[in-house]
Amino acid sequence: MIRAMIVINNQGKPRLSKFYNYTPVEQQQQLIRSIYSVLCLQPENVSNFLEGSSILGPDSRLVYKLFATLYFVFVFDSSENELAMFDLIQVYVETLEKCFSNVCELDIVLNYSKMHTILDEMILGGQVVETNSEKVMQAVEEISKLEKVTAATKLISKSASLLWG
Amino acid sequence: MSGGGGPSLMDSLFQRTLDDLIKGIRLHLPGAAQSSFISKSLDEIRREIKSTDSQTKATALQKLTYLHSLHGIDMSWAAFHAVELTSSPSFLHKKTGYLAASLSFRPSMDVLLLLTNQLRKDLSSTNQHEVSLALECLSVICTPDFARDLTPDIFTLLSGKNFIRKKAIACLLMVFSQYPDAVRVCFKRLVDNLESADNAQTLAATVGVFCELASKEPRSYLPLAPEFYRILVDSRNNWVLIKVLKIFAHLAKLEPRLAKKVVEPICDHMKRSEAKSLVFECVRAIVSSFYEFEFAVKLAVAKIREFLLDSDLNLRYLGLQGLLLVAPNHLWAVLENKEVVIKSLSDVDRNIKLEALRLVMSMVSDDNVVEICRVLIGYALKSDPEFCNEILRSMLSTCSRNVYEIVIDFDWYVSLLAEMARIPHCQNGEEIEFQLIDIGMRVKDVRPELVRAGRDLLIDPALLGNPFIHRILSAAAWVSGEYVKFSRNPFEIMEALLQPRTNLLPPSIRSVYIHSTFKVLSFCLHSFLLPGKGVNSSRSNFVDIEPGFTYSESEQEFTETDHATSSSGFNKRDTFTQEAVVNMLTLVITSLTPLAESHDVEIQERVRNVLGLAQLAQQEISCNHDQKEKMVDKVDLKTSIIIRLINDALSEDFGPVSLSAQERVPVPNGLVLEENLSKLDSICADVQLSISESFSLVKPILLPTDGDSVSNQQNEEDSETSPAESMSLLAEHRKRHGLFYLPSDHNKNASSSFPPANDPNQRDNDVEDLVKLTDESLVLKRKPGSNRPRPVVVKLDEGERLPITVKKTDENDDLISGAVRDVLLGNEASLHSSNPSGRRKGESHSKDKVENFETGNSSKRRSKHRNHGKYVEDKEENSEKSKKKSGGRHKARRRADGGIDVAVQKQVIPDFLL
Repeated sequence: MIRAMIVINNQGKPRLSKFYNYTPVEQQQQLIRSIYSVLCLQPENVSNFLEGSSILGPDSRLVYKLFATLYFVFVFDSSENELAMFDLIQVYVETLEKCFSNVCELDIVLNYSKMHTILDEMILGGQVVETNSEKVMQAVEEISKLEKVTAATKLISKSASLLWG
Repeated sequence: MSGGGGPSLMDSLFQRTLDDLIKGIRLHLPGAAQSSFISKSLDEIRREIKSTDSQTKATALQKLTYLHSLHGIDMSWAAFHAVELTSSPSFLHKKTGYLAASLSFRPSMDVLLLLTNQLRKDLSSTNQHEVSLALECLSVICTPDFARDLTPDIFTLLSGKNFIRKKAIACLLMVFSQYPDAVRVCFKRLVDNLESADNAQTLAATVGVFCELASKEPRSYLPLAPEFYRILVDSRNNWVLIKVLKIFAHLAKLEPRLAKKVVEPICDHMKRSEAKSLVFECVRAIVSSFYEFEFAVKLAVAKIREFLLDSDLNLRYLGLQGLLLVAPNHLWAVLENKEVVIKSLSDVDRNIKLEALRLVMSMVSDDNVVEICRVLIGYALKSDPEFCNEILRSMLSTCSRNVYEIVIDFDWYVSLLAEMARIPHCQNGEEIEFQLIDIGMRVKDVRPELVRAGRDLLIDPALLGNPFIHRILSAAAWVSGEYVKFSRNPFEIMEALLQPRTNLLPPSIRSVYIHSTFKVLSFCLHSFLLPGKGVNSSRSNFVDIEPGFTYSESEQEFTETDHATSSSGFNKRDTFTQEAVVNMLTLVITSLTPLAESHDVEIQERVRNVLGLAQLAQQEISCNHDQKEKMVDKVDLKTSIIIRLINDALSEDFGPVSLSAQERVPVPNGLVLEENLSKLDSICADVQLSISESFSLVKPILLPTDGDSVSNQQNEEDSETSPAESMSLLAEHRKRHGLFYLPSDHNKNASSSFPPANDPNQRDNDVEDLVKLTDESLVLKRKPGSNRPRPVVVKLDEGERLPITVKKTDENDDLISGAVRDVLLGNEASLHSSNPSGRRKGESHSKDKVENFETGNSSKRRSKHRNHGKYVEDKEENSEKSKKKSGGRHKARRRADGGIDVAVQKQVIPDFLL
């Protein structure tokens, strides 16, 4: 299964972290730090896989890809295929690209919950549930609509209560 | 604004949004400014989250979740608010609540109980995105309680809309692991979903779940093999196929006939597919589980070669990994590609280098170990420190594997160890120390070479400055002291042991040095004072004192010693002149006297021992010097007597000691070992560790009863004061606990019949590159009839270095597979009633099954494909299929039932497959 999905920028700041097994947040931070400490030492033009057992425990692998300033990292075990995971990063970034057109780090920083929404459409409980970025987008758009509807009604009711309250 | 009271309207109007918070954090420099901003925001959040306005509350929770997930802020205190928001009618708020829950809830939280009803409500919501939220949350925070209470709800979703169904299936894994009984309810539906060819994602999720389950306990899923086989043949979705291949890799190990059937379609995929991920998965399956099929392995190796020659680094890395998987069964594949492997050793990519190193080590056999090690040492010298140590580490572990199984020429190996010590980055001192001493104890024939190598290390003052090799020096000092009789020039060793730079050593190692001084000193004095007297004659004095002691081995050893010394051209009489000995005594006394006041007890005590002996000897020998006529009486000097005793005590040989030796000592009658001592467990663990580490310091004679290194000291003192007594004690101990000692008699006899370790026939060609390793190295296994002489290596029966750890299996996994077996074998009495399948269908359906299975085989589905990434060419099943959906599903269901019924009659399964 997929154990975690992490986005870190090249300064080591986490931008998104999702662990599929319960992991206390202190441990999460520790893992993110140690992953970053390995990633930042990786020279250019090397393979995108890392043996993770030293930092992440037995039977764990890591695949990462650097887009501009961001590392996208998947941590997984032997039930997943390395190249497929690599593609999953691609699908995720592709979807982000469709969402924000010309996605940059700032988009990702400011759209924290949307990042989670997209991820949740692709992976659930450590299993891949969707690999088609079109379909992910479709679901994400529906969800955004639902969110807006409720937000709008809230706003109206709020201003109403302001007027009369 | 609002004062100290409750949250006011103004608060909610001017509340910071998550965006404001993020921007604020970015404005403040990391460090104090940022953390004070965060704590200020936290105060705001604490206030806002209590608001009755759910919008304010949701925003506060959203901010808190962000801080929790990315800045590690604790939010367990807000758990109740998260639960509260999940019940909000607003989708946005609900989603905020669920996100907070799934990112922050601990399984032990009390508040979880409050969530059960809300989860149930949302699982049955008509809004599919609300169901998704609940499933996502459940998949992360699932507890046994949740799993038990919500299993029926999830069961319903397993046959619902595809969008939800795939998520429910993925969620099942967590539910099963928390509550194995859920298997009894949901398993049949899950199996039904193996037929959902109309939706690739649902099928992928289903197969994914089976893959996870089968990786833990494959046997239970063998009855489903026909289903998986059909998918393997029919499916064109790479995500699905990858998982099915993984399942078959697990199953094939259990059922060889299955392997025979499956290997063909796997090869077809391998030949046909453009997707590298699928090809690699096929390769991996073949080489790890189907390695008996020659044609398949050949094909796989050809694919590996393509990977290795690809310009894409990822593929090259995986190619090496594949090769590593082939290596144990088909080493020819590695040898065929050795150019690439060797070239990869100097790759820039550390991962690739490491894989290459592992591969090189997999090629090692007793024929080529010398050449491979030479090449690797060359690489180690050129590499960065980290990789250099990686190389050394793997050489050390490969060569020492199974008690130095592949080492034939131990002289060479000892010099290799010494050479490693001189590599500037070497950080494997501890392992090298262990091996030097271990070899010394196990391999008699190598001792002269060991002493020579030790001497070279000891006399080099530069090495003392490198703390990483202090441990190796410690071994060198111990070896030189213990086996000093093989030394060409003991005086030189004495000087090396006492050189001024030894003050750079840590006390523990320095005391080893000093103790070695003691051994060298007593050896020199013995040779000087009792030159004519063979040790045998001096020994014979003691025979009557301890009749129980057997001398056979000692005597033999000493004749060997004489042989060794005379052959090396070492003439005792010439070397041990009065002058040389007096000089040595002076050197010992002047160098060690300052240390007699050392703060380290270990050093102090040892120094005093040495000084006591040296001063006594000095007195008497210089006295003698004046009255030359009394020289003949050297033998009667007090020193001589003592020296004789000490030498006898020291000449007892060390052997390797089994880690469990102490445990095998029978408990004497009437001794209650565990009484009141249970609390000492932790301490005892330490002591046991120290036994294995203090090999160098402890006489094995004492080991079975006393593992502490201090005993050594006592041993010395005892032997100085009442040697006869201690010897007799030893003899008695040896007699009583004979089984804990190595069968040394036997070994020694054997060793004398063996030729010397140095093999004159050893090839010594200067092949610089491993690439040129001759094809002789293709001979992988050592031929039993090989006439290459190898010195005797003392081996104990059981594993010595590592205690065996028993692998524990997860109890839940057992429960799951137990439940699966129950379901598959038809114990359906307790099954959920909503599954219409009945057992009465049994026989007739298994016939159905055959037909369906056959047709499934032949009909290849056409589908439109869509490219995703580089590696997985994800081929979606087209929706045109969905026309046939309802009918197909029904049939599918029946087929699945057939499969299960088939499982009932175990005999029948293989028939479908083979």
